[in-house]
Amino acid sequence: MSGTFVGMPAFPEAARTAVRNPTLRGNLRHATHTIRDKRARAVAELDDWAALREAGKRIKDHTLRHLDRYLVQVEEAVTAAGGTVHWAADAQEANAIVARLVKETGESEVVKVKSMATQETGLNEALEAEGIRAYETDLAELIVQLGKDRPSHILVPAIHRNRGEIRDIFRSEMSEWGRPAPEGLTDTPAELAEAARLHLREKFLRARVGVSGANFMVAETGTLVVVESEGNGRMCLTLPETLISVVGIEKIVPKWQDLEVFLQTLPRSSTAERMNPYTSMWTGTTDEDGPRTFHLVLLDNGRTDTLADEVGRQALRCIRCSACLNVCPVYERAGGHAYGSVYPGPIGAILSPQLRGTGSEIDASLPYASSLCGACYEVCPVAIDIPEVLVHLRERVVQGGPAVRRGNRVVLKPARGHAAERAAMRAAQWAFTHPGALRTGQRLASRTRRLHPRTLPGPGRAWSGSRDLPEVPAEPFRDWWQRTRGGKDGAK
Amino acid sequence: MSSRERILGRVRRALADVPADEAPLVRGYLREHGRRSTAETVELLAENLADYRAIVHRSTDGQLPELLMRLLGEHGSGSVVVPPELPAYWLEAVDATRIHDRAANTPQELDRVDSVVTGCAVAVAETGTIVLDGSPDQGRRRITLVPDHHVCVVRVPDQVVSSVPQALERLDPTRPLTWISGPSATSDIELDRVEGVHGPRTLEVVLVEG
Ligand code: SF4
Repeated sequence: MSGTFVGMPAFPEAARTAVRNPTLRGNLRHATHTIRDKRARAVAELDDWAALREAGKRIKDHTLRHLDRYLVQVEEAVTAAGGTVHWAADAQEANAIVARLVKETGESEVVKVKSMATQETGLNEALEAEGIRAYETDLAELIVQLGKDRPSHILVPAIHRNRGEIRDIFRSEMSEWGRPAPEGLTDTPAELAEAARLHLREKFLRARVGVSGANFMVAETGTLVVVESEGNGRMCLTLPETLISVVGIEKIVPKWQDLEVFLQTLPRSSTAERMNPYTSMWTGTTDEDGPRTFHLVLLDNGRTDTLADEVGRQALRCIRCSACLNVCPVYERAGGHAYGSVYPGPIGAILSPQLRGTGSEIDASLPYASSLCGACYEVCPVAIDIPEVLVHLRERVVQGGPAVRRGNRVVLKPARGHAAERAAMRAAQWAFTHPGALRTGQRLASRTRRLHPRTLPGPGRAWSGSRDLPEVPAEPFRDWWQRTRGGKDGAK
Repeated sequence: MSSRERILGRVRRALADVPADEAPLVRGYLREHGRRSTAETVELLAENLADYRAIVHRSTDGQLPELLMRLLGEHGSGSVVVPPELPAYWLEAVDATRIHDRAANTPQELDRVDSVVTGCAVAVAETGTIVLDGSPDQGRRRITLVPDHHVCVVRVPDQVVSSVPQALERLDPTRPLTWISGPSATSDIELDRVEGVHGPRTLEVVLVEG
């Protein structure tokens, strides 16, 4: 995976800087708390949530187990429906394919729907180098692009910006890219949305090439699905003559019927809505409606390496809803940039080190960017046990062991005492100076204590190798203290 | 080796020692949530549409032409896009200029049209969603996207289902589908929903009986 933010400091350092930024912390706290409560209400409306979650997990696991079969099936179905399928083993190849396809149209600009896959491959920069300008059209992506910034959230890449900052960026930057911000623009969200509407409209209307990702692709029918809110997705998917969709190979679901699970769990988990405003579904091309040419680029870029890991492969179930970010106490304090990848938060902490390997200091430190509180697992609509994968990856960093990198079996060397241990220690130090994160961590440790190993994973292994770990108490001290005031009020 | 072969080979090697998973999926979730009469399902649709800021109207078939005339009039619409097989009587009282949905229309032309009137394929009560499938009473996808005002006519109770699973059963995946739940919106500013970005900022849904 390219898209490592260059020169990114390891997680604990980046987090420490972020924690000291009060505006950033305030913005994040406000946004994540708003959405957290709303999500809980949206989920509570469905009394079969647990069954939907289980079905989502099962569908994805089954698909991953037979991914080769379903990839071939989707290729056949898309081709039969008039599309062209390309295969990209890594980011460079995906970017080269897209650049070539754009050049073949004779165009030098494209409109883009927000897509994690193309952020991951660094497509915009690659196109720029080929003389092709890519316009981001999702409001938050636009804010990031205009502000020459980096995304900090899966769903709302500009979540670290408040309305005042957004107004300032629009006022100073929009004229560089096209239609300037309206005179006297204020910071009311409705006016900001209107400014984006006006700014982007001319680009949509003249666009000849659209680039998208997809939330799902259905193997049996060859249907692609894009879930969105603003209508910029519909613009990019229907107005241009050529559509190029770059989609991770794990986005497949086998059957049309399988969508009934994810179309219920995704909107409620991500924007806390019963249904998002717009969902587009298309199968190849349609005569005289929408793009005449459709290309699907199937992207590996570390996914098959992840698939080879018995514990870690569950990360490929992810439907990018971002619920795990919104509930994470570490994300809330550290912000998305500290994770040094387009995938921040708990899912980023397990996905980036698997897609990219743990060679860099940031990737080696990511499995420690967690207090293991388990809130991410509880909200995850496909039941990814993120704490389990984190612990597994910590072991991998410290002890090394067999892994697959770019399709080849390798044996990773243990990061003996050096980078990893330092990273772990700094992460621990960071947690101890941030009591909120620690508190939730302890609470989970209590709840899951039956599952705890007798030896410590990670840098603790050597130490605990010759010692027995103390039992985790049934109730953390802090909770006991809060409940009983140290015994003063008596146990309630 | 092509990248196709490389990727498929990597997948197969990654899963070489994982047992096959061919057991049929147990779908333990519900086909719909709660028990409702037909009238209650239509009522729920109306509530959920309104909850996401669609403007909902009820009408009989006979009142429809007059209602559509009034809605376009109140919006000040001088022009309206018409899908190829919209029932002719729907717009018989409307005097706005009709722009027919044709392949040759440019997006710029559509951008100058005030409104669009369409039918729909199915409506989902539990989520407040209408689904368009490009049938001749709905037209090309772009006509319900570029104009700023969309009036969608839903025949109740025939076109209404309770749930997402029931909607998917009725839909044909080979058609281009657009699921619409309220007017265009964004949650991108402080994760709070604001209506009105790129799609139509006003969505009116007419529930027609009979
Ligand atoms: S890991 Fe789960 S909760 Fe997090 S983004 Fe992915 S699907 Fe959502």
